[in-house]
Amino acid sequence: MSHADWEAVIGLEVHCQLSTNSKIFSGAAIAYGAEPNTQACPIDLGMPGVLPVLNGDAVKKAVTFGLSVDAEIARRCVFARKHYFYPDLPKGYQISQYELPIVANGHLDIELEDGPNSVTVKRIGITRAHMEEDAGKSLHENFSGSTGIDLNRAGTPLIEIVSEPDIRSAAEAVAYLKKLHQLVVYLGICDGNMQEGSFRCDANVSVRRRGTEKFGTRTETKNVNSFRYVEKAIEYEIERQIEVIEAGGTIVQETRLFNPDTGETRAMRSKENANDYRYFPDPDLLPVVCTEDYIDAIRSSLPELPEAKRARFVSVFGLSDYDAKTLTSSRELAAYYEAVVAASGAEPKLCANWIATDLLGALNKLGKDIGESPIGADAFAGLLKRMVDKTISGKIAKDVFEAMLAGEGSADDIIQAKGLVQITDESAIIAAIDDVIAKNPQQLADFRAGKDRLFGFFVGQAMKATQGKANPDALNRLLKEKLK
Amino acid sequence: MSLSPEQVRQVAQLARLQLNPEQVEPYARQLSNILEMVSRLSSAQTADVAPMAHPLEMTQRLRIDTVSEPNRRDDYQAIAPEVQDGLYLVPKVIE
Amino acid sequence: MTLHKLSIKQLADGLRGKQFSARELTQHYLGRIAAHDKDLNSFITVTPERALAQADAADAVLAQGDGATLTGIPLAQKDIFCTTGVRTSCGSKMLDQFVAPYDATIVQKLDAAGMVMLGKANMDEFAMGSSNETSYYGPVKNPWDVTRVPGGSSGGSVASVAAGLAPIATATDTGGSIRQPAALTNLTGIKPTYGRVSRYGMIAFASSLDQAGVVARSAEDAAYVLQAMSGFDPKDSTSIERPVDDLVSGLNQSIKGLRIGLPSEYFADGLAPGVRERIEQAIDVFKQLGATFSEVSLPNSPLSVPTYYVVAPAEASSNLARFDGVRYGHRAEGAKTLEELYKRSRGEGFGAEVQRRIMIGTYVLSHGYYDAYYLQAQKVRRLIYDDFKRAFEHVDLVLGPTATDVAFKLGAKTDDPVAMYLNDIYTIAANLAGIPAMSLSCGFVEGLPVGLQLMGNFFDEARMLNAAHQYQQATDFHTQWPKEFES
Repeated sequence: MSHADWEAVIGLEVHCQLSTNSKIFSGAAIAYGAEPNTQACPIDLGMPGVLPVLNGDAVKKAVTFGLSVDAEIARRCVFARKHYFYPDLPKGYQISQYELPIVANGHLDIELEDGPNSVTVKRIGITRAHMEEDAGKSLHENFSGSTGIDLNRAGTPLIEIVSEPDIRSAAEAVAYLKKLHQLVVYLGICDGNMQEGSFRCDANVSVRRRGTEKFGTRTETKNVNSFRYVEKAIEYEIERQIEVIEAGGTIVQETRLFNPDTGETRAMRSKENANDYRYFPDPDLLPVVCTEDYIDAIRSSLPELPEAKRARFVSVFGLSDYDAKTLTSSRELAAYYEAVVAASGAEPKLCANWIATDLLGALNKLGKDIGESPIGADAFAGLLKRMVDKTISGKIAKDVFEAMLAGEGSADDIIQAKGLVQITDESAIIAAIDDVIAKNPQQLADFRAGKDRLFGFFVGQAMKATQGKANPDALNRLLKEKLK
Repeated sequence: MSLSPEQVRQVAQLARLQLNPEQVEPYARQLSNILEMVSRLSSAQTADVAPMAHPLEMTQRLRIDTVSEPNRRDDYQAIAPEVQDGLYLVPKVIE
Repeated sequence: MTLHKLSIKQLADGLRGKQFSARELTQHYLGRIAAHDKDLNSFITVTPERALAQADAADAVLAQGDGATLTGIPLAQKDIFCTTGVRTSCGSKMLDQFVAPYDATIVQKLDAAGMVMLGKANMDEFAMGSSNETSYYGPVKNPWDVTRVPGGSSGGSVASVAAGLAPIATATDTGGSIRQPAALTNLTGIKPTYGRVSRYGMIAFASSLDQAGVVARSAEDAAYVLQAMSGFDPKDSTSIERPVDDLVSGLNQSIKGLRIGLPSEYFADGLAPGVRERIEQAIDVFKQLGATFSEVSLPNSPLSVPTYYVVAPAEASSNLARFDGVRYGHRAEGAKTLEELYKRSRGEGFGAEVQRRIMIGTYVLSHGYYDAYYLQAQKVRRLIYDDFKRAFEHVDLVLGPTATDVAFKLGAKTDDPVAMYLNDIYTIAANLAGIPAMSLSCGFVEGLPVGLQLMGNFFDEARMLNAAHQYQQATDFHTQWPKEFES
């Protein structure tokens, strides 16, 4: 039986750290990379008698997310305790949400490229998103045979975003994750840093024979921390499950770990398996009520979402869908683009070409993103302005751009310092043309004898004589007249 | 309603309590008596009653998102049984 | 000197009138503790240095003509409240070495009010008990008869106050742990409305039921200290954001016209005849003071004990999961695996009653049993709450016995948890409903004190204290002393 006879059923659980200043239930900081346990206060340490108080900004960010995926926001939601013993969970329970999550029944549309010029849109359901606290970290390096526990991360606010099992391949999973990642970063609710664990994915994977309704037994692969690993882990898990079943075996419902070195998954030995979480409403916290006014205020302050922005860039700026998609891939890039358009007065398409091609190409080489660009939006607009007012030509502009990247100053500084101002004075151009004609009598004779292609030779020579600064249109026109 | 010694061992495992073998039987008897007393609850008519998690009909207050807790690791770890390099130590965990 | 027989008001006047200093007063009490506590075991930790330093600070304030009523007044803190720099054991081996790096909010408040902490009072382990026999530090004895229990879980608090080793003590009440021991030791004990006193820094037993309060020799004494403990605390999400009523100024108001309800369920079988008589005599006193009586029905009160023994252990099993030997508290020696570390630390650190409640709580929350036990208990809890809501449409206070009988002998019920639990049959409902309730002494049966319980509507502490104070103006039971500890 071939793999074409099988279909994968995938649901993703994404843990997204909310970019607040302090923890979800305490006033401790959540900065990444601090010395162990220096950002763990008595509440995070689960000390006796201390109590949680909910961070309002975490609630606001969770609601922001819910509104952005067209979900229902619970008017009343409840925190519950989820119990298990593990050293990175100081209280012996995690404060999470169970029966009444803050966000339910949303969706996200993903685009699948199923051919060179063919894109299909697929809707992935979002079952729920709930608020919870993150756990600490166990460090398994050898501390004389012990495991070390760092609780700095304990209590960091999370939303866990649970998708419907609507995903059918590793590629779809990655498309969904990238879309979700873009969204939460756009919304400013998560820094999206996957290396630091700000955006983590658990993949529930099962397989079934094509045409059957019933889901197979699923496994959960935990904490896969890059898009590529998600793809590999899911592909591996699909293969593994098909092989097991085809060999007459059965899939065990279990939690598995992905090993990036081998590209394989393996069953975890501890923690999640065979647990009874004993959920019940946390008596230290009261129901969270979101009023209509509260939700409306958040809705009205929502930023423009990527899809809307992309459509606007096409309709308002006349960009191609491809350019619009590129320029709206991040909120910062889109803002950069719009700032350049506004400040430069240049054609939006010209701005798009310069930013999408020249700037992003250069940044890519430098390994920087738009936020770290050595040329700010105003400076970039300064360059395009000089093209618009014909101070410099497009060709000269490329040189100025390189100089700007190298930190040589503003466009005007560079144009001034290098004397790159375009020559539009016709008498100066005519003088240069006359000089070139006088020095090349043979070529002139050949041209006049019908060698039309020598026109380009004269353009090049004249341009060279003006150090490339002659206005190209004027030069062409005047040269044609002289050569007549 | 009664709990067998085996059930007592299972619950103790879930609660991470080490029981001495001689405790199991008395616990089974005492816990069974407690559950017997508690089983009277099933007589109450509660079909239309909303569960009451809390005596207060209040809603959760929201805290302003500011960092108010300084680093006091040394104070907090002064009472810890075993620490090294700022980390709490436990016997080696295999994931 | 009989400083220990003075009320808080008299002590405050004496301090202001320079009849004695806060240091002298503190030394007097420290002396009494040294002399008598070996017979009672009411303190787990005595803190003479901290007390004298606080007393000196109070004297300095008083010398400036500053300070308030409580400046320089000593007290005992139940060892459930975290105190920076002083061990907070919660009566458990688990926390035998635990020194909190923070203060409970009420400790902060009472320190700020100028009170002088004499030490930390003994208690049932994690407040789980009705006789103070589950303490890791040994049982507390009842000053009225040292072969008997003082009640629990605030047994150390009541014994210290009843014997004059402290003028007043803090206490906590999850199912009767203030009122039942107050009743058994001739004291006045008040549990305010749930959320009135901050729970921050009070080691949790059952979070939706726990409430701090005081045990005192009179309603007036209780009013002064409860006033200072009460109030909104942003560190406790269940703290009530509402101004605190003045509990003291209304004490002397007449209670003419006060409507008191008598729940028939509280006078049914199981109430000792002697206790019933004393309660009936008290009712007559209230009538003479102008109160009117009517019968009210709390039909679901027989279900309060079963409801409580689902809700409280469920919350306790969760609250006590943090004690795992990793960050603080007892850690088993030589554990080879994490599993062993957890199980042995918890097996060794918790006593039998705590283990029983953790197991019951774990069981009722576990898969397949949640609906039948926990969810059903939450529903019955609402029925009990609704009973009170209906009753308070017709009456101002509800009156009944605090306990079924007088103090029992040490060891009489230790092997029968269910019999022990039934001690709280009259007190538990107030915790489930969240309403304020208090116990006050209303006489003696064969030389042992009997307690009368008043329950009020939400936030009606002032009215309850007023009724209790008026009763105490008309009677002298609360002024009686256990002979061995009087002088």
